[in-house]
Amino acid sequence: MSAVLGHHAHEHEHHDHHAPTGWRRWVFATNHKDIGTLYMMFSLTMLMIGGVLALLIRAELFQPGLQFVNPELFNSLTTMHGLIMVFGAIMPGFVGFANWMIPLQIGAADMAFARMNNFSFWLMIPAGAMLAGSFFMPGGAPAAGWTLYAPLTLQMGPSMDAGIFAMHILGASSIMGSINIIVTILNMRAPGMTLMKMPMFAWTWLITAYLLIAVMPVLAGAITMTLTDRHFGTSFFNPAGGGDPVMYQHIFWFFGHPEVYIMILPAFGIISQIVPAFARKKLFGYASMVYATSSIAILSFIVWAHHMFTTGMPVTGQLFFMYATMLIAVPTAVKIFNWIATMWRGSMTFETPMLFAVGFIFVFTMGGFTGLILAMAPIDIQLQDTYYVVAHFHYVLVAGSLFAMFAGFYYWCPKWTGVMYNETRGKLHFWWSLIAFNVTFFPMHFLGLAGMPRRYADYPMQFADFNALASVGAFFFGFAQVFFIFFIVIPAMRGKGEKAPQRPWEAAEGLEWEVPSPAPFHTFEHPPKLDATATRVIG
Amino acid sequence: MKSVVNWLASWLLCAMVWATSSVFTLAHAVTDLPGGPAVNQVNLPQGVTRISADQAWLHWFMLIVCVVIFVAVFTVMFYSIWAHRKSKGHKAALFHESVTVEIAWTLTPFIIVVAMGLMATKTVVAMKDTTNADLTIKATGMQWKWGYDYLKGEGEGIGFVSTLDLAQREMSNNGGPKKGEVVNDYLLKVDNPLVVPVDKKIRIITTANDVIHAFMVPAFGIKQDAIPGFVRDTWFRAEKVGDYYGQCAELCGKEHAYMPIHVKVLSAPDYSAWVAVENKKLAAKLDDPTKVWALDEMLARGEKVYNNPGSCVSCHQANGKGGGVVKPIDGAAVVLDADKGKQIHVLLNGQNNGAMPSWKALSDTDIAAVITYTKNHWSNKTGQLVQPADVLALRK
Repeated sequence: MSAVLGHHAHEHEHHDHHAPTGWRRWVFATNHKDIGTLYMMFSLTMLMIGGVLALLIRAELFQPGLQFVNPELFNSLTTMHGLIMVFGAIMPGFVGFANWMIPLQIGAADMAFARMNNFSFWLMIPAGAMLAGSFFMPGGAPAAGWTLYAPLTLQMGPSMDAGIFAMHILGASSIMGSINIIVTILNMRAPGMTLMKMPMFAWTWLITAYLLIAVMPVLAGAITMTLTDRHFGTSFFNPAGGGDPVMYQHIFWFFGHPEVYIMILPAFGIISQIVPAFARKKLFGYASMVYATSSIAILSFIVWAHHMFTTGMPVTGQLFFMYATMLIAVPTAVKIFNWIATMWRGSMTFETPMLFAVGFIFVFTMGGFTGLILAMAPIDIQLQDTYYVVAHFHYVLVAGSLFAMFAGFYYWCPKWTGVMYNETRGKLHFWWSLIAFNVTFFPMHFLGLAGMPRRYADYPMQFADFNALASVGAFFFGFAQVFFIFFIVIPAMRGKGEKAPQRPWEAAEGLEWEVPSPAPFHTFEHPPKLDATATRVIG
Repeated sequence: MKSVVNWLASWLLCAMVWATSSVFTLAHAVTDLPGGPAVNQVNLPQGVTRISADQAWLHWFMLIVCVVIFVAVFTVMFYSIWAHRKSKGHKAALFHESVTVEIAWTLTPFIIVVAMGLMATKTVVAMKDTTNADLTIKATGMQWKWGYDYLKGEGEGIGFVSTLDLAQREMSNNGGPKKGEVVNDYLLKVDNPLVVPVDKKIRIITTANDVIHAFMVPAFGIKQDAIPGFVRDTWFRAEKVGDYYGQCAELCGKEHAYMPIHVKVLSAPDYSAWVAVENKKLAAKLDDPTKVWALDEMLARGEKVYNNPGSCVSCHQANGKGGGVVKPIDGAAVVLDADKGKQIHVLLNGQNNGAMPSWKALSDTDIAAVITYTKNHWSNKTGQLVQPADVLALRK
């Protein structure tokens, strides 16, 4: 593996002088750190756009009756909020972390395919613009839900085609990103960095990248069939021509269920880095964490139809998918136990990364338990397509994926920017987000149990109070993120704050802490010599 | 900068207090809707079917098990957070592996989830058993209303469409019920509720005309997607008379929130009375089969029947010549025959192995009319007049 690196080693002293500056630095970026930054900026931008859409939804639902938007626009808002958050905010956010951290963690000079890395980022810009801009197309943005169920998609206006095109581009970008990550991890580890010594974040991303390569083409297939049904006279999903709308759901969820693990496995990786660092104790059960992550990934392929209990599956189908889904609780529980065992008899401190990590474990587990309740087919019949489901997946995607990204940001930001974030502000951001999040989403469990269907622009009066409460919480949650950007992210990027030492965290382990803060433009140009645990550079 | 943060925090606190208080003053004058949602309902409805009671029980069971595990696990975590912190001088232990512990906490959740699955299995099987229904009703989802057709059982043949009350739809556009206005069934009131008898097994067959809808009634514990081009089914046996409400549960376009479901459960005699009234209404729409028609009346009616899309004209053409395997009517021996019975027989029973299908589903009047028309159109000038009674006499 070092042959590739060794070949170029003699040229390395010239690299610094050839790096383009100004806008060229970003447009022609091939450096994994620059591309990681670009990904994260993109993710943050989409998070804000998706957040504005979410607040428009909550504003409309603050009271019964239509106040701000018509029902058609409301459906566009829910659809685009989902698509933008999933494909624009969460997925690229984690790819940004992967770009920045994986080469640093495994002792590689850069990602394996630097120019493809550039391409896979810049592909996202037109796709993101098309998604966000679809509101201004004739007929408005797609309004068929982020799941894009046929045959409702066949009734949509031209923006649906733009949406499908955007999904295709994002899928291509994701596949390229995954290939890059897999090749980097498998081929470019420093000598001595064996797979079973690799940091958990790199492990979870390796598994995630395989999931992405397996399922993104499936999504591409589903939406391509939708496209040909719309324009080229095929009838894959169009019942008027003998097509089967349920087949769309099977194909979509064969992508969609692994997709939810794509969005949570890297989060598990980040938490598995942070908890040991602040407990000052090694991660408990490293090997079992790797096996649990792999089991989750494998099981994720055989549970998809639990999203479809109400389509009218045969009894054996319902039973199979119910049991298979419940099994996923086992490896997930193992991970939670391992994190707690890591904390047990440690020597803990609670800086912001640790707060977010503990908050993640606590709130994500609630989302896990509601998932278990939803997996039970008879209960799911009552809860399918109600606000309970909305509460469930926001507990795992916001309190799960997003909180993990916040944790990762506070943890690695000193290495990225060379300055410490302001601890008071970080803590304020954490408590503010945690409380506002629960005020927003906890009442949605009640709404779902009481039978309020999701994607409703207006609702019976009995649901009014909890909706009002959720809306208030949502605005506070939104403001918390504005605070995060203006008072934490931007000052850090402008280099304001205390200078960060090379090792800002007393007990954080890993090769990223072996390079100075901020990490120089080029790191590990020569394969480093590692100690026996592969956490230290010894020459 | 610290002062900015403090200022922000206090501002936040004030805003949160204000917002919370405004939520409670906003509370509308509304009370529980029996059979529908209760005000600030926090759990599944108890319901009026065995299945919904099972679901409520299973949910309680799951909730308790999950809360117990949650509390147990997080007691450990919070104890650790409280006790094992650096500020208290706790030194980190060195352990980081134990195969025994790993096996124990893999097997324990495994056993728990399998036990959970077993608890639910009986209900899954019961939910899917739609056999031996007393009454079968087809629910058709349409953008954006429900069509109900009574297919089998008492009330067979009844069919109607159920739409959200127009005034409530208007009310929604105008920002919902005004302050002080009590609308307990807001967005749940329909013109024609689905009516079913109490204590009878009702099988609901769902399908749709356009996109996917979902037929849901929480009090019965049912939710079944209505899929265009496909039929699916579910069932319930309501144990209490009353009104029960649900809403469409699958995104179906613009008016998704405005196609509620209202099921009226009646006692057996009340239901029979309702069926009698509906049948009378149905009969009033039908032609009297004993009526004697004049030739010109019959020709006008017959022309309409002949030219209905999907009926005679589709194969036999407007010129009555047919084509290919389709025989002509113009000049056909059976049509010109003095024995009207021959042509009536063809229409009732079909011919040529179904190349000419049976039209016995048409009313006597329609069959009589279309035969009269064909016997007196194009070059066919028989002057024969077929009466509904002639058709009725030949029906078996």
